[in-house]
Amino acid sequence: MIRFERVSKRYPNGREALSDLNFEIADGEMVFLTGRSGAGKSSVLKLIALLERPTRGMVLVNGENTARLPLRRVPMFRRHIGIVLQEHRLLMDRPVFDNVALPLIVADTSFKEIDRRVRAALDQVGLLGKERVAPLELSVGEQQRVGIARAIVSKPPLLVADEPTGNLDATLAAEVMGLFQRFNEFGVTVVVATHDQHLVEASNRRQIMLDEGRVQLAAPAS
Amino acid sequence: MASLSNWAARHGHALVSSGGHLARHGFATTLTVIVMALALALPLALDVFVRNVRSATGDFSGALGLSVYLKPQVSEQTARQLQQNLQGHAGVAQVTLITAAQALEQFRAQSGFGAALDELNENPLPNVLAILPTADASSPTQLEALRRAVQAWPEVDAVQLDHDWVVRFDAWLELLRLMLWITAALLGMGVIAVVGNTIRLEINSRNAEIEVTQLVGGSRAFVRRPFLYTGVLYGLMAGTLGCGIVVAARLVLSPSAARLAASYGSSFVLAGPDARELMVCLLAGVVLGWLGAALASARAIARSGPGGA
Repeated sequence: MIRFERVSKRYPNGREALSDLNFEIADGEMVFLTGRSGAGKSSVLKLIALLERPTRGMVLVNGENTARLPLRRVPMFRRHIGIVLQEHRLLMDRPVFDNVALPLIVADTSFKEIDRRVRAALDQVGLLGKERVAPLELSVGEQQRVGIARAIVSKPPLLVADEPTGNLDATLAAEVMGLFQRFNEFGVTVVVATHDQHLVEASNRRQIMLDEGRVQLAAPAS
Repeated sequence: MASLSNWAARHGHALVSSGGHLARHGFATTLTVIVMALALALPLALDVFVRNVRSATGDFSGALGLSVYLKPQVSEQTARQLQQNLQGHAGVAQVTLITAAQALEQFRAQSGFGAALDELNENPLPNVLAILPTADASSPTQLEALRRAVQAWPEVDAVQLDHDWVVRFDAWLELLRLMLWITAALLGMGVIAVVGNTIRLEINSRNAEIEVTQLVGGSRAFVRRPFLYTGVLYGLMAGTLGCGIVVAARLVLSPSAARLAASYGSSFVLAGPDARELMVCLLAGVVLGWLGAALASARAIARSGPGGA
């Protein structure tokens, strides 16, 4: 599903975020990217979602070499990836339904199908019935779950999350992590970047630990 | 079929959401539309004006010719003799005699000096021969040669060439039409700039939305679509208002123009913009609105991808 081969990423400001990175994530796997802040977790996710391209090396996602993907095909590529960010990036001026429906709207899905899928996605994150509510009226945890519903509504085979529990307390964090595990059990490949070791250990999944842009440890958590 | 109706639904959705956005920002929208409408109304008004001037002064192609003023003592009978002579002259298509009596009658009817004319003991007007040259003898040099030849006749007082002022008048009209085009072009650019700037500001204020849309796989075309519709709607509203301004201006001016025309004994009626002009104005609004939006969004919205959203 995802393969990094000798990947380096240097930003225009000269900082080398990733150096000679190699790892592979299999189809249907759930993997944690761990490490201190600044270790390169976000850079890895940005390379996967084609928010950035590698300076050197090769990133393969869904069988596509991201370096060779022309810009006009980036939107199509993104539709096969669900992206969850720490700041959930909801559109505050429109209700929950419209936020979750966005990935379907951009993909020209029929209204009937949108209605059905948005409800299904909200049901999966436990927010069914909140369709017409404005995001500002929701709690932080609920807002994050709306963001997750938006990421999975188009049933992407790959879900990437950057510090999805960063703003949540332990209980809510465990809840969100439970959601990701459920999606994974349904066959979705899940990559979660987090610095929360408790969650990683509790889930008993493989972790790729980064330090200064290199893989420090790629092993299943004990 | 399903994808076609989805496509239509998307465009409908973009159109409705653009319209809603404009309605919610009523004041700003109104200001932009007014500026655009004025820029569209001015060339339209000029075009209508030129058309009116043309129709008021008539069609001059038949009026090119010479007016031969005979000396006052020349009798009507001699004048008829001269008319016969001229008829046989090379390059002359037709000679019309306007007798002193006819001219006086005409003048009395049109000038409004009827009562004053009655005071005169005798007719002060001369007999006049109007010469219409043949089509192949209508060049300025040929007419000038004819003028000289006729001028030399002892019965002739003066020969006036109609050609000069017609040429000058046509040159004025041509200049006016050229100014119309330049005005239209400059104001058209103004319309593009106004729409472009308005759309650019709107894009900036909706940056977060654009980024998220591109993050979830929205194409650049999808992101630009509502802004293009906004531009088209601006153009449509401005075009309609511009047409309305010119139509209203004509209604206001019409009675005064009619009074003025009546005082010259003319039945001239001030024409308003015709269907073609109104269509062109509307279409120009739509096209320029779209163009401004296209330019602004092309610059302000990058393709989604590395480095961008």
